[in-house]
Amino acid sequence: MIELINLCKAFDDHVVLDNVNLTIRDGETIVIIGRSGTGKSVMLKHIIGLMKPDSGQVIIDGQDVTRLGGKELNDLRLKFGMLFQGAALFDSLNVRDNVAFSLIEHTKMDDATIDKRVAECLELVGLKGIENLRPSELSGGMRKRVGLARAICMDPKIILYDEPTTGVDPIMADAVNDLIKDLQSKLRTTAIAVTHDMTSAYKIADRIAMLYKGKIVEIGTPEEIKNTSNPLVKQFITGAATGPITEDS
Amino acid sequence: MNGWISQLGERFIGFLRYSGGVTVLMVRTVFSSFVPPFKRKPVLEQMVKIGIDSLPIVFLTCLFTGMVLALQSAYQMQKMEAKLYIASLVALSLTRELGPVLTALVVAGRVGASIAAELGTMKVTEQIDALETLASNPIKYLVVPRFIALFFMLPLLTIYGDIVGIVGGYMIGVWRLNILSNLYWDMTWNPLKIKDIATGLIKSFAFAVIICIIACYEGMRVEGGAEGVGSATTKAVVISFILIIAADCLFTALFYFGFSF
Ligand SMILES: Nc1ncnc2c1ncn2[C@@H]1O[C@H](COP(=O)(O)OP(=O)(O)O)[C@@H](O)[C@H]1O
Ligand SMILES: [Mg+2]
Repeated sequence: MIELINLCKAFDDHVVLDNVNLTIRDGETIVIIGRSGTGKSVMLKHIIGLMKPDSGQVIIDGQDVTRLGGKELNDLRLKFGMLFQGAALFDSLNVRDNVAFSLIEHTKMDDATIDKRVAECLELVGLKGIENLRPSELSGGMRKRVGLARAICMDPKIILYDEPTTGVDPIMADAVNDLIKDLQSKLRTTAIAVTHDMTSAYKIADRIAMLYKGKIVEIGTPEEIKNTSNPLVKQFITGAATGPITEDS
Repeated sequence: MNGWISQLGERFIGFLRYSGGVTVLMVRTVFSSFVPPFKRKPVLEQMVKIGIDSLPIVFLTCLFTGMVLALQSAYQMQKMEAKLYIASLVALSLTRELGPVLTALVVAGRVGASIAAELGTMKVTEQIDALETLASNPIKYLVVPRFIALFFMLPLLTIYGDIVGIVGGYMIGVWRLNILSNLYWDMTWNPLKIKDIATGLIKSFAFAVIICIIACYEGMRVEGGAEGVGSATTKAVVISFILIIAADCLFTALFYFGFSF
C-alpha cells in the first residue's frame, strides 16, 4: 500500500502540491490526470524519493520514503520501475545496456541470461532486435517504449508511468495500454500512471484521480469519472476550452 | 545603502553555500572511491577520454611554451654572456611551474568543460534522476570514474608536458642559439632535482581534484535546459581556472616559505 499524507511542496513561492492525500491499494492501477504543469510529475518524484516534500509523508509498506536515505532507499527503489516523461535513456549506453541497467548493476546474472531477458522485455514493448542501437537513433515513441522496457526489466512490484502514451502513435499507444493491463493482471503490480490521454486512462485505470491546483479534486472509478458532476473534471475529460479551468491556473 | 549591504550578504551566503556544496561533493567522491564495487571499464574509458585524447593539445601548448621561454630568456641571457643557463631556466620553470599549470588549464578547458556539459545534459534530461531510481548512486557511477581517471592522468600529462616543453627549449637553444647539444642536456638535467619535479606533481594532483569536482558540481546542479548547460559549462571552466591559479600561488608559497623548496 502506498499512502500520501498531507504532502506539500513549493518551489520558492510557487505551490505545486498542497496537502495531497491519496491511498493506493496493492495491485491497483491508479491514473492521475491533470493539466500540464499541475505537478503530476512532481508527485511521482515524491513517491520514489527523488524529491523531498516540504511537509507530509509518503508511506510505502510501512516505510516513510521521505525519511529514507542511502542503502535503505536504494533497496526500496529496486522494487520500483519508473518510466520518465522524457524516457531519460542513458545516451552513453546502447539500448541493450539501458534496458539491462539494473540487471548489470544489481544482479549477478551472466551475459547470456541478461541478453535473453532484454530480448523478452523489448519484445513486450514491440521493439524486437534493436539492442545495438543508440538512444539518439530512436524516435520519441521508441525511446518511450525502451524506457518502458527498462522500467519492467526487474519485474518491479510498483511501476510509475509518467505519460506512457504521449508521443507514441495511437496503435502503439493501445499496445502500451494492453501491456500495462497485462503486467497488472499477471504480476499483480501496483501501478501509478500519469497522463492526460483520457482513452488510455479509461482503459487502464481501476481508479482515476484528478490533480488540480495542488489538490486531488476528484477520485473514482472510470465510470464515476465519466458521469461526474464536478465541473472541473467534466471540463477536463471533455477537453472544453471554456469552463471553470482558466488559462492562468 | 541597505540594498548594497544585503546584496553583499547574499553574495557571501551564496559563496558559503557553493564552497559547502563543493566540499561535500569532494568528500563523498573520495569516500565513494574506496567503497566497492570497483569497476575498471568506466575508469579506463575516462582515462582514454581525459588522458590520451588530451595528448595533442598538451603537446602543442608545452612545445610552444618551451620554445618561447628559451627565446625570451635568450634576449636577456645573451647580454650577460650566460646563454648556457637558458637550458636550466627552461627546465626549472617548466617542471616547477609552467608544466603543471599550463597542462591543468588546458585540461580544465577541454575536459572540465566536457564533463560539465555531459553531466549537465544528463541532469536536464532526467538521466541523473533515472540513475537514482535504478538504485545507482550518481556520485559512484558518474563522478568517481572521472575523478580517478583525472587524478592519475593529469600528473602523467604534466610529466609529458614537461618533457615536450624541454624539447621545445632544446630546439631553440641548439638549433637557433647554437648551444652545443650535450651542453644543453647537461645544463637541463644537472640543476633539476627530484623536489622540482615532485612539487610540480603535487600541484597537478590538486589541480586534478579541482577540475573534476568543480565540473561535476556545476554539471549536476544544472537547472533549465540547454541554456543552463551552457552557463554551467562556462562557469566550470572559469571557476576552475581561477582556483587553479589561486591554488598554484598557495602551493608555491607553501613550498617556498614552509619547506624552502
Ligand atoms: N525542479 C524544479 N524546480 C522548480 N520548479 C519545478 C521543478 N520541477 C517542477 N517544477 C514546477 O512544478 C510545476 C509542476 O511540474 P510538473 O510536475 O512537471 O507538471 P506536470 O503535471 O505537467 O507533470 C511546474 O510549474 C514546474 O515549473
Ligand atoms: Mg509531467
